[in-house]
Amino acid sequence: MAEEKRTRPPRKKKERIPRQAMPVRTAEDRVQDFNEVALGFNAELAQIEAKRCLQCPKQPCVDGCPVSVDITGFIHLIVEGDFLGAARKIKETNLLPAVCGRVCPQEEQCEQLCVVAKIDKPVAIGRLERFVADYEREQGAVTLPKLAPSTGKKVAVVGSGPAGITVSYELLQAGHQVTIFEALHELGGVLIYGIPEFRLPKSIVAAEIDTIKKLGAEIKLNMLIGKTRTIDELMEVDGYDAVFIGTGSGLPMFLNLPGENLNGICSANEFLTRVNLMKAYKKEYVTPVKVGKKVAVIGAGNVAMDAARSAKRVGGDDTEVSIIYRRARDQMPAREEEIHHAEEEGIIFNLLTNPIRFVGDDKNNVVATECVKMELGEPDASGRRRPITIEGSEHTVETDTVIVALGTMPRKFIAETTPDLKTSDWGTFLVEEETGETSKKGVFAGGDIVTGSATVIKAMGAGRVAAKAIKEYLTEL
Amino acid sequence: MYKIISKQVLAPKITRFSVEAPEVARSRKPGQFIVLRADETSERIPLTIVDSDLEKGTIDLIIQDAGFSTHVLSGFEEGDALLDVLGPLGKPTDMEKFGTVVCVGGGVGTAVLYPIVKGLKEAGNKVITINGARNKELLILEKELGEVSDELIITTDDGSYGIKGFGSTVLQGLIDEKKKIDLVVAIGPTMMMRAVAEVTRPYKIETIASLNAIMIDGTGMCGGCRVTVGDEVKFACVDGPEFDAHLVDFDEQIAKHHYYDQEQACQMDGIIAEAEQERS
Repeated sequence: MAEEKRTRPPRKKKERIPRQAMPVRTAEDRVQDFNEVALGFNAELAQIEAKRCLQCPKQPCVDGCPVSVDITGFIHLIVEGDFLGAARKIKETNLLPAVCGRVCPQEEQCEQLCVVAKIDKPVAIGRLERFVADYEREQGAVTLPKLAPSTGKKVAVVGSGPAGITVSYELLQAGHQVTIFEALHELGGVLIYGIPEFRLPKSIVAAEIDTIKKLGAEIKLNMLIGKTRTIDELMEVDGYDAVFIGTGSGLPMFLNLPGENLNGICSANEFLTRVNLMKAYKKEYVTPVKVGKKVAVIGAGNVAMDAARSAKRVGGDDTEVSIIYRRARDQMPAREEEIHHAEEEGIIFNLLTNPIRFVGDDKNNVVATECVKMELGEPDASGRRRPITIEGSEHTVETDTVIVALGTMPRKFIAETTPDLKTSDWGTFLVEEETGETSKKGVFAGGDIVTGSATVIKAMGAGRVAAKAIKEYLTEL
Repeated sequence: MYKIISKQVLAPKITRFSVEAPEVARSRKPGQFIVLRADETSERIPLTIVDSDLEKGTIDLIIQDAGFSTHVLSGFEEGDALLDVLGPLGKPTDMEKFGTVVCVGGGVGTAVLYPIVKGLKEAGNKVITINGARNKELLILEKELGEVSDELIITTDDGSYGIKGFGSTVLQGLIDEKKKIDLVVAIGPTMMMRAVAEVTRPYKIETIASLNAIMIDGTGMCGGCRVTVGDEVKFACVDGPEFDAHLVDFDEQIAKHHYYDQEQACQMDGIIAEAEQERS
């Protein structure tokens, strides 16, 4: 008898579910106001998308997450329909999922390592994260984590941006007392003054940060550490057992070109602070913001895109906004999604173009930007092809508003008043990478003040690292 | 919240407030300023600290009703509270013993000048103060400045009190009298500071001006207070507010002050309309 050939039933080819698109407002509609551009998944879309996850036991995606969110875990809960459970799963390691779901560059983190990406587009982890966080908040179902019994130790957290908030969240849960010192009049740092409402609604930031207050953190606004109080005073006079410094990178860089001090030329920090923190786009708020008819934004990072798109909204339909960038399109540092949204909204991209001088009128108002054209040469230290000026390519661009978005540097208030804190030539704090420990005993640091301008999630990752080290430090005290 | 403990009208449209801000009172030094926000919809405005009382935990501010926000602020009463007060900001005045110092104050700039005169006197300097105003009615801090100066000279633009003329002219007179002057401090309207700088420039007398630049955060974040000083661009909030008056580009500062004129006028129209509505 011939051996019966083992036949497998023909495998039914599983129909591949495509990556679900994010519902987005049309460009024509959204440039009319500052309301959010992306609308978010509904439950149905979220569940379809969640089913695309292979539930890999090794979870490579988690390796890409600076705060180690249990990604397959929360996605599994979405498939099960337990959206609140999914939100709580994320919050085990990340207090700000509604923020991160909106502004994290998932394409170069978790989603880049997603196994599905080998054959198709990766699972839309960020969109799912946003969905469950929004769901939990909108249902009014946000719960507080359990706190360990009080340790009697107290920690000063300086700066309430993503790093400081993360450190506070971790330390409060461990039973430590936390006081947050913030220089501005609102908590949130860059989430409040930097990222615009249409990308990250401020009410959502406030709601997520609110948890810190509910967990018992003491909040001290209008406190500029290094001026109002020094690090030494916090430790020696006020009795804080440890200090975390997460003061970010706030000093805007300029081009140092002739005419840069003319009226109508400002940093992206100034422009965005007027619009976001001071709410200048709202009638009832007093702070003015001025946008002309020909706006030039210098730079091509995420902040440049935020500034350009905000300028378009403030200026209205007859305002022309251009990005001026000395390299080419594929070298722009902004996220693809932001560039795409900017293009849709009619932002003009003057690439391979470099400003060399600003021209003013008799009132010292800027009226033109003189530029040169560039071409790409050999790769430089960053691996990107170096832009080289094309001889004789000088030309003048009519401009009545210039927003300079070249990046930021750390400010020096703390370094200047704390001589035993070691800093780099750039003013960033030198820390032990695995712990965030600075050169001063009991003082830890993380986020942009250590790395220079980076991302929200990297600052949060640094906050988690430092929180762990601070907890160990406090037990040894 | 930062409670207003006392309010005193010093002259028409010039008000002095004592505000509860113990943290600021404790750490402030002459020459430094605060940024305040009166209420939720207000803008952030920088104001120099005139004086402080450590025991009461208060700081004193002098406000001139000169635009929308200062108009609103001037309407605050004793017992009201400011929403936000951040400080002390900026670098304190260098309080060394220089010798003879001439301090020139103009208008409400005199408020900024007062703590500096006081500090310079305490540091052992001979201080000659020139206190100028448009007219007698608008002159402030005469008594206080008299108490901390070795010599006090009053000027008014219209001659209604003291010497008729500008502070810069009086300063020129002192120089012509061959008085040995080691340092000049000028604080007031930008035009007046520019005039003082031009008086002392030929004699190479070290001259300091305290700029009232446009600011939002006051902590080095916005760069709205950029000022050209010699070949460099400085931030008035963190590098200043005091700079070498011979190096400051005052014309640029004057132009910057006019950049928001239109917006300011619109807001003032709102106030006038409201007042008229109330009247009718």
